[in-house]
Amino acid sequence: MRALMTTWLAAALLFCAPLVQAELTIDITRGNEQATPIAVVPFGADGGQLPVDLAQVVADDLERSGYFAPLEREAMFATPSSGDEVKFGDWQALDTRYLVVGRVRHEAGRVEIRYELMDVSDGSRMLGEVLTANDSQLRAAAHRISDKIFEEITGIRGAFSTRVAYVTSQGVGEQTSYQLFVADADGRNSKQVLSSDEPIMSPAWSPDGRKLAYVSFESGRPAIYVQEVASGRRAQLTSFEGLNSAPAWSPDGRRLAMALSKDGQPDIYVMDIGSRNLERVTSGDSIETEPAWAPDGRSLIYTSDRSGGPQIYRQALGGGSPERLTFTGNYNARGRFSPDGESLFLIHRGGNGYQVARQDLDSGRLVELSESGQSESPSVAPNGTMVIFATQQGGNGVLGAVTADGRASFRLPAAQGDVREPAWSPFLN
Amino acid sequence: MQLKPYVRSLAVAVSLAFVAGCSSGGGTQEGSMDGIAGGNGAGGAGGAAGGSGQVSGSGLGQGAGQMAGARIPEVRTIYFAYDSDAIRPEFQSVLESHARFLQGNPDASVVLQGHTDERGTREYNLALGERRAGAVERFLSVQGVSPSQVEVVSYGEERPAARGGNEEAYAQNRRVVFAY
Repeated sequence: MRALMTTWLAAALLFCAPLVQAELTIDITRGNEQATPIAVVPFGADGGQLPVDLAQVVADDLERSGYFAPLEREAMFATPSSGDEVKFGDWQALDTRYLVVGRVRHEAGRVEIRYELMDVSDGSRMLGEVLTANDSQLRAAAHRISDKIFEEITGIRGAFSTRVAYVTSQGVGEQTSYQLFVADADGRNSKQVLSSDEPIMSPAWSPDGRKLAYVSFESGRPAIYVQEVASGRRAQLTSFEGLNSAPAWSPDGRRLAMALSKDGQPDIYVMDIGSRNLERVTSGDSIETEPAWAPDGRSLIYTSDRSGGPQIYRQALGGGSPERLTFTGNYNARGRFSPDGESLFLIHRGGNGYQVARQDLDSGRLVELSESGQSESPSVAPNGTMVIFATQQGGNGVLGAVTADGRASFRLPAAQGDVREPAWSPFLN
Repeated sequence: MQLKPYVRSLAVAVSLAFVAGCSSGGGTQEGSMDGIAGGNGAGGAGGAAGGSGQVSGSGLGQGAGQMAGARIPEVRTIYFAYDSDAIRPEFQSVLESHARFLQGNPDASVVLQGHTDERGTREYNLALGERRAGAVERFLSVQGVSPSQVEVVSYGEERPAARGGNEEAYAQNRRVVFAY
């Protein structure tokens, strides 16, 4: 790491760029019929209303997971703010399975948040917690509550306190400008971390969630950079002749897989970040790109057109023959593993164009998940429950998300410009 | 990057000066294929002078008729069929004119910018754009152009020339641009 640290470049210039608004909103395009009914009652407040409606943030998080169908507020008979005040018969009549109630106390810039999760069927209390936060931490506190509730009910760790990096562009032709943003997983709280007149591609989070690797053309050709998200400090990692593309962090954060064409056609290489030593993984006359690491770090998948069109292959590190993984259709590319390593999310060209699909690795069965024909860049939530991807709406690039089982899907349109190449962060807490 | 607009306009100014410096008196044949073909005849002879034309670069460019072959060919974009890196027959003469120009102007260099349409994944498209530009590079090499004069940069689908999810836009975006 020392070599990298000593070559960090100050990136203060990057922050002088005019702030481009790329806040994302969320539209639900397909709800899950089997989502569990839950009611998140507006939290009671002592000492004045908060600037953030915590219960609404929690309800939105749970709905966006595809696992829950929050009850509309208008349908609520009562607004209890603690478990003692709940009349469970009311909620049973509404077919609500779970109930979230809470109360906040706002005092001198500090907020105490008390909430409870109740099982409506038997009136039991499943969860009760007290959190404290200041005004700027309220959304984060709400996401933490969502994480707790989600895990308590589903047994799956919540991923609401994570972030998403994405690339935007404004304008067309020579006038195009490009930005790299980082936002909360619900699209809010977006911050520009890089701006350039040349393309920015392939953002990838380090496993500790502190850095982004990406490709920038700012020098007139593609090069891979690594940037600390919090400080903006960054270093140029590669500038080989030809392609420098598709960086992918190893699970231990010490190596980057990448596609380089310095030796001819694009091939997969692994760079040790500390020493910058390169190990070549593939060779041949075909295109090899879009590497991704298996969760155990022992093998890579990548896209290759050695069979004619793009298909996904797996290569064990340290030797062995590559194994072709995809056989359904003639275009399967940019695979990403589910966190349990048992399935792949990828772009599959089917009858309806380019779709996000999931392929079970054991059976080889492939299922299309998205509906738009222009999907690309799937990125999997760290808990494996959702995939965020780029698609198009009204001629503009927007982000979409779909549950891993395809039951629910969402759009995250931006106020302006094109949005693409989302990268879901690892767990950050 | 705040510096980039300046850098780019500087680059544009320099190449404009270069073009102007190399222009013959009759430099009004914007985009004319005939103009290129006409200039080609003198390519070999005009080459050496063309190099100095770049240095003078003052935009006065009254370099007389024999320098016509030293002009950068006007047509600097060629287009490709879907999912193909094959040079279409109608663009061979364009490539030949660039080959003659580069051979005649050993100090000149060109960046071959490879582009794709928006369909498919971005990183794979970046590789396909490189393959297209590489096909042009090989063509130039076969024509005798020195590899040191040619650089390939693929932009994949990142810099579309036209917007829109239709074949007309796709066709305009599947291209290789000669950037001098």
